[in-house]
Amino acid sequence: MTGAEIMVEALKKEGVDIIFGYPGGVLLPLCDKLYDSGINVILVRHEQGAAHAADGYARSSGRVGVCMATSGPGATNLVTGIATAYMDSVPVVAITGQVATHLIGSDAFQEVDITGITRPITKHNYLIKDVKDITRTVKEAFYIAKSGRPGPVLIDLPVDVQRAEGKFEYPDEIEIRSYKPTYEGHPLQIERAWKAIKEAKRPLFLVGGGVISSGASEHLRNFVEKTGIPVVFTLMGLGSIPGDHPLALGMLGMHGTKYANYAVVESDLLIAVGCRFDDRITGKIETFAPHAKIIHIDIDPSSISKNIVVDIPIVGDAKNILSKLVENAEKLHIEAWVKKIMDWKEKHPLTYEKNGLKPQYIIEKLSGMLPDDAIICTEVGQNQMWTAQYYKFRKPRTLVTSGGLGTMGFGFPAAIGTQVANPDKIVLDIAGDGSIQMNIQELATAVYNKLPVKIIILNNRCLGMVRQWQQLFYKKRYAFTCLEDAEPDFVKLADAYGAIGYRVNSTEEFDKIIPKVLKEKEKPVLVDCWICEEENVFPMVPAGASLDQMLEGLA
Amino acid sequence: MVENGEKEQKAHTIVIAVENKSGVLARIAGLFSARGYNIDSLCVSETEDPSISKMTLTVKGDERILEQIYKQLNKLIDVIKVFDLTEGDFIDRELALVKVKTLNAAARQDIMQIASIFRAKVVDIGRQSLTLEVAGKTSKVNAMIEMLKSYGIKEMIKTGKIAMAREFNQKK
Repeated sequence: MTGAEIMVEALKKEGVDIIFGYPGGVLLPLCDKLYDSGINVILVRHEQGAAHAADGYARSSGRVGVCMATSGPGATNLVTGIATAYMDSVPVVAITGQVATHLIGSDAFQEVDITGITRPITKHNYLIKDVKDITRTVKEAFYIAKSGRPGPVLIDLPVDVQRAEGKFEYPDEIEIRSYKPTYEGHPLQIERAWKAIKEAKRPLFLVGGGVISSGASEHLRNFVEKTGIPVVFTLMGLGSIPGDHPLALGMLGMHGTKYANYAVVESDLLIAVGCRFDDRITGKIETFAPHAKIIHIDIDPSSISKNIVVDIPIVGDAKNILSKLVENAEKLHIEAWVKKIMDWKEKHPLTYEKNGLKPQYIIEKLSGMLPDDAIICTEVGQNQMWTAQYYKFRKPRTLVTSGGLGTMGFGFPAAIGTQVANPDKIVLDIAGDGSIQMNIQELATAVYNKLPVKIIILNNRCLGMVRQWQQLFYKKRYAFTCLEDAEPDFVKLADAYGAIGYRVNSTEEFDKIIPKVLKEKEKPVLVDCWICEEENVFPMVPAGASLDQMLEGLA
Repeated sequence: MVENGEKEQKAHTIVIAVENKSGVLARIAGLFSARGYNIDSLCVSETEDPSISKMTLTVKGDERILEQIYKQLNKLIDVIKVFDLTEGDFIDRELALVKVKTLNAAARQDIMQIASIFRAKVVDIGRQSLTLEVAGKTSKVNAMIEMLKSYGIKEMIKTGKIAMAREFNQKK
C-alpha cells in the first residue's frame, strides 16, 4: 500500500466519513485515493471554509471534524480556522500536504513550515517523515484532539510519504507517556466544594463550554434543580441548560443581562464549571465577584488560577465531577437570594424599542418559532451578541459560535459543517452584512451539496459592533466601518450562486417570509433583513469596567 | 497578571524531561515567548535514556507566574515531567570559557593565580590572552568573571546551568 492509501484506511479506522477540503499539487496522491474511498470529501471554495466547516461539524455533533488542504497557501488559509477551534477547544484534525521531504527547508514552490506556524494554535501537530509513522500518528492525533480538553491537531504529510510503499498496521490502543488527562476529580476537593455549597447564602453557577463538550448538561440540570442554585452562562455555555429555565439568568459579562451581572457581583459562592474567566466575562478583574469564594471545575489545570485566583479548584471532567456532586445534592435554603435575583430579572429585563425592523425582534421571533433542536450558527459582532441575548437555547450543541477568537466569517462555513453533521435539523447562520462577505464564496459549496442552510443577514450597512464602539468611545468618528456605499445586492448574489434570496424591510415582511424559509429543504436560503442602522447591543460593560457598571442605552 | 511588580520575583531552576524529538525545543521556547515569560538560561541535552532529553531552565517570576509556567509546560504533549528543583536541595553546575587579556607578564601571573583560586583551567594561550575554563555553581563562575573584568575580557561564553535533585533531598 502507498502512504496515501494507508492514510485513507487510518481515517476510516477513526470513523471518518466526511472531510472538508481543497486539493492541490502535493495533496494529489491522497486526493486520488480518497476519490473512490467512500469517504465523502466536500469541496469548499476557500480553505478557511474547510477549517470552519470541520469546526462546525465537530461542535454540533461532538465528533472530530476533519479538514484538508494542500501545502503553502492552502495550509496557511487553514490557520484562522485552526486558531478558532483552538480558542474554543474544538476537536478538529487538519491534514495538510507538504513538499517532498528532500525539498523541506529549501523554500520550494508552495512550501511553508506549517507545523511551525500552527505550533501555538494547535493542541499538538505532526510532520510525518516516514510512511511507517502514518498509522500511529493518525491514531494519536484523533486521541489527542478529542480527549482531555479537546483541540485541533494538524498532520503535515509530505508528497513523497504519500507515494512511499508501506504496510497498514493499525494500533488498537495508544499510550502516550507524556499525555494523561485527569478525568476524576479529587474526592477531597469535591467534598470541600459540597461543604462550601451547603454553607453558601448566595451561591451561583457560572457555566462555560466545558459543560457542553463533556456532555454534562443533564448532570448540571439535575444538580441545579435539586439545589435551586441559579445559573449564569458564558457565551460558550449557552444551551447547557435551557435558556428559558426559571433558574437560567442568561449570559454574563460585557453584553450579559443585568441580572446575571448583578448576581455575580453579589454572589458569595461562584461555582464555575468548564469556563476560563476570559476578560469578556470578568470585566475589571480586581472587582470581579468581590464577595464570592470561587470553586472552579475544569479539565485543564492551566485554566485554574490563570486569570482569577480560585479557592477550591477541582481538576477533572465536568460530567464526572457533577455526577459525584449530584449524589449528595439537596434543596438549599436560599429563597431570599433567588427572590432577589428574580426581582432584578423583573425590574431589568433585556429590552429594546419596538419600532421598525429590529434585530432583537428577529432573534426573538426565531427563538419562539424554531424547534428545540434547531442549530444556530453566528458570525461575530452585534449579530452574535443579539443572538446570545435573545435566543433561548434549549439544548446543548445548538449554538455554534466563535467565542474565544471572535472570527468574522466563521458562521456560514460552520453552518455548512453543521448541516452536513445534522442533515435533518434546521440550521441557521445569523450573520451581519460585514461578516457574511468574509466567506460568501461558500454559497457554492452549500448549493452544490444541497445544504439548506438559512442565512439571516442582520443588515445594518455597517460593521456594527466596531461602529458601536466608535459611537460610544471614539466621538462618533466612524473610521472604516461604513459599508453602505458598496453594499452588494445579496438577493442577486444568492441568485447568482443558485441559492434563494429574499430581502425584508419590515417586521410584517419578515413574519411573512420566515415560515417559507424554514421549510426549504434543498437549497440555501439567504434573507437580507434591513435593520435599523443605529441599533446597538445593550447592556454593555465597557472594556476594563466592573460588571455592575453597565451602559444601558443612548440618549 | 501584570500588576505584581511588588511581588517577590524569585529565580527558579526548572528541569523538564521531554521527548527527544525535533521541534520540542521550539515548542518550549515558543511557549515562553508567547506568554511573555523570560528565560534567564536554558540548557538541553540527551539523558541516560536516548528517547528523553532534559532541559534545565532558570526563570524568574512570582509564585503565580511559576505556577502558570509549570502548568503550561505540562500541557505540551511532548513534555513528560517538569521538576522545580528550587523546592528542595539540588546540585547545579555551569561551565564558562573566558578569554582574558594579558597585556604583560604580571597580568598573566595574576590571572593564573585567580584561576587557581577558582580551580579554573587554562585551556588556551595567546601572545596577549589566556583562555580559562571554569565550572561550578553560577555564583562561583560569576565571581571569577567579576575578578577578571578589570584585566579586560575579550570573549566569554557560558553553558547555562544544568541541575539535578540531590539523592537525599530535604524539602525546604
